[in-house]
Amino acid sequence: MSEVKVYERPKSWMPNVSSHYCPGCGHGIAHRLVCEAIDELGIQNDTIGVAPVGCAAMIYDYMDTDYCEAPHGRAPAVATGLKTVRPDKIVYTYQGDGDLASIGMAEIIHAANRGQSITVIFINNAIYGMTGGQMAPTTLIGQKTTTCPLGRDASVNGYPLRVSEMLATLPAPGFITRVTVAQPKYTLKAKQAIKKAFQNQVEGKGFSLVEVLSSCPTNWGMRPVEAFDWLLSSMMPYYPLGVFKDFD
Amino acid sequence: MGRILMKGTEAIAEAAIQAGCKYFFGYPITPQNEIPEYMSAHLPEVGGVYVQAESEVASINMVLGGGATGYRVMTSSSSPGISLMSEGISYIAGCEIPAVIVNVMRAGPGLGGILPGQADYLQATKGGGNGDYNLIVLAPSTLQECVDLTQLAFDLAQKYRNPVMVAADGFMGQMMEAVEIKPSPTKDQPADASWALGFMEERGGKRSHLHSLFLAPEPLEEHNRKLQKKYAAIKAAEQRCECFRMEDAELLVAAYGTTARISRSAVNNLRAEGLKVGMIRPITLWPYPYEAFKTIPSTVKHILVAEMNAGQMVDDVKVATGCRYPVSFYGRMGGFAPSVKEIEDECRRILAL
Repeated sequence: MSEVKVYERPKSWMPNVSSHYCPGCGHGIAHRLVCEAIDELGIQNDTIGVAPVGCAAMIYDYMDTDYCEAPHGRAPAVATGLKTVRPDKIVYTYQGDGDLASIGMAEIIHAANRGQSITVIFINNAIYGMTGGQMAPTTLIGQKTTTCPLGRDASVNGYPLRVSEMLATLPAPGFITRVTVAQPKYTLKAKQAIKKAFQNQVEGKGFSLVEVLSSCPTNWGMRPVEAFDWLLSSMMPYYPLGVFKDFD
Repeated sequence: MGRILMKGTEAIAEAAIQAGCKYFFGYPITPQNEIPEYMSAHLPEVGGVYVQAESEVASINMVLGGGATGYRVMTSSSSPGISLMSEGISYIAGCEIPAVIVNVMRAGPGLGGILPGQADYLQATKGGGNGDYNLIVLAPSTLQECVDLTQLAFDLAQKYRNPVMVAADGFMGQMMEAVEIKPSPTKDQPADASWALGFMEERGGKRSHLHSLFLAPEPLEEHNRKLQKKYAAIKAAEQRCECFRMEDAELLVAAYGTTARISRSAVNNLRAEGLKVGMIRPITLWPYPYEAFKTIPSTVKHILVAEMNAGQMVDDVKVATGCRYPVSFYGRMGGFAPSVKEIEDECRRILAL
């Protein structure tokens, strides 16, 4: 009986390297989807990633492509520099919600508004992960974190930011969509969106952003399955999935 | 191109283009706006790109990304803008990315004013950003030197994979002088594919990662030791200093940049009166030219430091001379420069002691 391999690590994932992410964290799934998109488009040698500050700061330990670090929130500016000098390369940022929606809000808005031909993978898990579960701009009203222990209060902290909807109001960005990796059926759609966001850049179309609703069981204080259930029941009503803008 | 009359900022910009810089990322701030303006007008002529960033924070990080490709990139700003760039500069140094940063200094602190200053000396030479890192800091004293040091900055940045700051001041930026700008011989130097991003194919599929994050203490200390070894090599090879009428001098004026050209006039006037005064002018503020200070003649009895700040270089002079001489200071702040007469008077006062 011949052996048929039906599942293997993506080629652009570093061989023999395991990630540091907590059990049930969505980063691992999202990383894999990015790797699969890069593999399927055949762009491994032409891709330059820009790492965030936060849980995914060490993404370059896992992705077998050229990679650059950025200070907290500045990945879209670093990507702008890379893409300006090397428009022939595929440049993408991978950022969390603290990185992109808080300290780096100016950089993402202006990169989007320039229609910079880069791909942005934006992981929204409604909390700061690496620093131990503090409030993020995306934290839901009433959600408890270490810096809003009684639950986020809009009168003090404002409202959770819907980044995709906000960026979609700009004329320049081409493709903005929100997906999730909470269940396999959604993950397959997330894969399509991520691949399309890279494909857009291959075709020289302009700015693409994929917001990925993801989980943080450790800082949400939940078991992994419970965390994905909470994502579906609590996050998705406020952060609806969908395509907010497309090139076509 | 022969000698032509140019404004300092524009001369710096043209010198950068002639050095092969095709990518400029900037944000307007007085008194250096002619640099981004010049770049926006002239980079397209050489197939280059000017990107106006949304802030100094963004522009220095665009430089980080652009420099990570190994090509020649640049930004310019003035003091408060450089403060905003400090985070990015630390990362660029930590990631060992070549970049040229022009600081047309103005008086501070805070917003300060828009008139010239030299009060960023400590920020430029002793840090500014976090961590153990050093910039190479070049201080031009004439517009021709603005041109030459800007071109040298690109060579040093790429040679050492380190950010280099051209620390001019508002006078250097805004005055006009005849300069000659030649295409740099290294202009067509290709990007270094051995480490730069975007050359994975050329490296046979071998990736390159540029980062300053090392969570474990051992590799972080090792990274720092490697950086310190590089800084030691720069200290050994790149000190630059001008010694002016130093032989038989009893009093030395230590000054750089605009203050040095003012001091030069004072020294010439005092020499004409028969007073034994000379000048020592650091061209590299980092690495500080300690070797040149070792050549101070035994006739010297006193050193006067002159700056457009409150005395930021004084400690470096004391260290460079092993505190063997009395060191005094004369400076002006707020956008004033010491006048030739003020420095002459200060020298006369010291010599009469």
